[in-house]
Amino acid sequence: MTIPAIVGAGLVVIGVGIGIGQIGGKAMEAIARQPESYGKIQTAMLIAAALIEGIGFAALFAVQ
Amino acid sequence: MQRKILVRLLLIFIFIAPLSVSAKDDTGNKDKKTEIKEYIDHHLKDSHDFSLYSYTGDDGQHHYVGFSLPVILWSDGLHVFASGKFHHGEEVVESNGKYFKLYHSKIYETDASGTINYDEEHHATNAKPLDLSITKSVFMIIITGLLMFFLFRGLARTYGKNNGIPSGIGRFFEPIVLYIRDDIARPNIGEKKYRKYMPFLLTVFFFIWFLNIFGLTPLGVNVTGNIAITTALALLTFFITNFTGTKDYWKHIFDPLGDSMPWIAKIPLYIILIPIEVLGIFIKPFSLLIRLYANMQAGHIVLMSLIGLMFIFKNWIGSPLSFGLAFAISLIEILVALLQAYIFTMLSALYFGFAAEDHDHAEAHEGEIQHL
Amino acid sequence: MGLLDEFSLGLFFWQTLLFLLLLFLLRKYAWKPILNAVNDREQGIKDALAAAENAKKEMENLQADNEKLLKEARAERDAMLKEARELKAKMISDAKDEAKAEGDKMIANAQAAIQSEKKAALADIKTQVASLSVEIAEKVVKEELSNKDKQLKLVETMLGDATLN
Repeated sequence: MTIPAIVGAGLVVIGVGIGIGQIGGKAMEAIARQPESYGKIQTAMLIAAALIEGIGFAALFAVQ
Repeated sequence: MQRKILVRLLLIFIFIAPLSVSAKDDTGNKDKKTEIKEYIDHHLKDSHDFSLYSYTGDDGQHHYVGFSLPVILWSDGLHVFASGKFHHGEEVVESNGKYFKLYHSKIYETDASGTINYDEEHHATNAKPLDLSITKSVFMIIITGLLMFFLFRGLARTYGKNNGIPSGIGRFFEPIVLYIRDDIARPNIGEKKYRKYMPFLLTVFFFIWFLNIFGLTPLGVNVTGNIAITTALALLTFFITNFTGTKDYWKHIFDPLGDSMPWIAKIPLYIILIPIEVLGIFIKPFSLLIRLYANMQAGHIVLMSLIGLMFIFKNWIGSPLSFGLAFAISLIEILVALLQAYIFTMLSALYFGFAAEDHDHAEAHEGEIQHL
Repeated sequence: MGLLDEFSLGLFFWQTLLFLLLLFLLRKYAWKPILNAVNDREQGIKDALAAAENAKKEMENLQADNEKLLKEARAERDAMLKEARELKAKMISDAKDEAKAEGDKMIANAQAAIQSEKKAALADIKTQVASLSVEIAEKVVKEELSNKDKQLKLVETMLGDATLN
């Protein structure tokens, strides 16, 4: 485990955090705008967040 | 209502925390930090015996409270013996003329004196037998399976007795079953085909949820945080998805553009598109298994590290602080236990939905492209 | 790699085996009965709701029928009342007309009778006047004719009248 790899993984995790934060925030806005489409928005949000999360895990395990 | 829940959670935590803590209340000669690290490492791994806690007695010896589990090995013949014979890695076991030693939660074949050879990175190079032991995790899977079977068999029976209305604990579980049917299976798979997938979705949801919750109890099992478990679960999702895939599902992978373009124009696109789609088939279950594994593993590491911090600080400021943090993380972990089970079930249902895609959906899709 | 090192084939084997076993057992003994019971219950609730809806509709229909019948009855009563009223008015007016006609007829008769009486009386008076005139004339004439001059004078006057005519 080298320092650059760990820093790189950290950067990826920051990116993933920002990404998931964006998805969550936008989903909230969308729900606020259209509360009746709550279910659909939530599903789409979870899928997108799950995909991004996968990249984060990939980075973490690559370092490990 | 909310206060009631809080009180209950508090009670749960009171049961969890002291027991987990007592497990590592053990002052040896080793450095405290290394010891805690080792303890966490040990906790995260599967083990061959079910130890509730260990302590160092007045005589300086390690004492383990727990019970042995059967070890089943295949190495030029079947070897079955109780895990207690290993004495927690301290002794070499002889079975049918072969010698086995437990080293870092793994069983290695050794000579009679139990020599372990190492490579330059300090990894053991001894031969490993095929280990089919009933380990702690397998034991917990059996317990969870039995619990689930009797719980839901009981729930099914109350319907017959009580004229279609559940009673007792079923009143708690029935809405969850209905939630999985109405909010996970139906919208994602479709009204026509969801029935076929319901047993798997229900079983996988309750299995993961119960094991996640067990992971938070003082039993200290980390079953769903084990890559082999999540791989097995994700592989089932993978096989069900691809074996129930309709013609449209495969068409979507190998001919995603359909008739919207002449075949000659599709070739350069397909050189890129088809590998991505095919890769997607494998990435989907892979992300499922990594997500569940990593979430549970990370939760356990954080929780145990915070509990370990209490023993490193050992003062009136640091220890209560880490206790408070550990408490908060425990509450979050209870939520995560449910959330991860939900996500796994939800994404499985979503993948099944892709696989069970109906023709009219594909037609609508094509119409959309033509419209554009 | 750490992950592959951690992967335990034995655990994987047991997990797959036990999970599949659990899946099949639960499917047979738990999920099917539970989902069937829930479906039956939901179907029952749906049916009951539909039945209630039907009953409500039927009730509404019945009420509408009742309303209609009531309306019809009321209209019929009104029509009958109106007819009776008209009949009454007609009868009254008929009676009035008849009475009037009768009265007119009686008056006419009376007038005719009066007329004829009057005629008869006039005729009688005329005859009496005539006879009286004749008697008077006789007496006058007798007196006149007893005197020759007077007779001639008369003839002359008469003739004079006659020429005037």
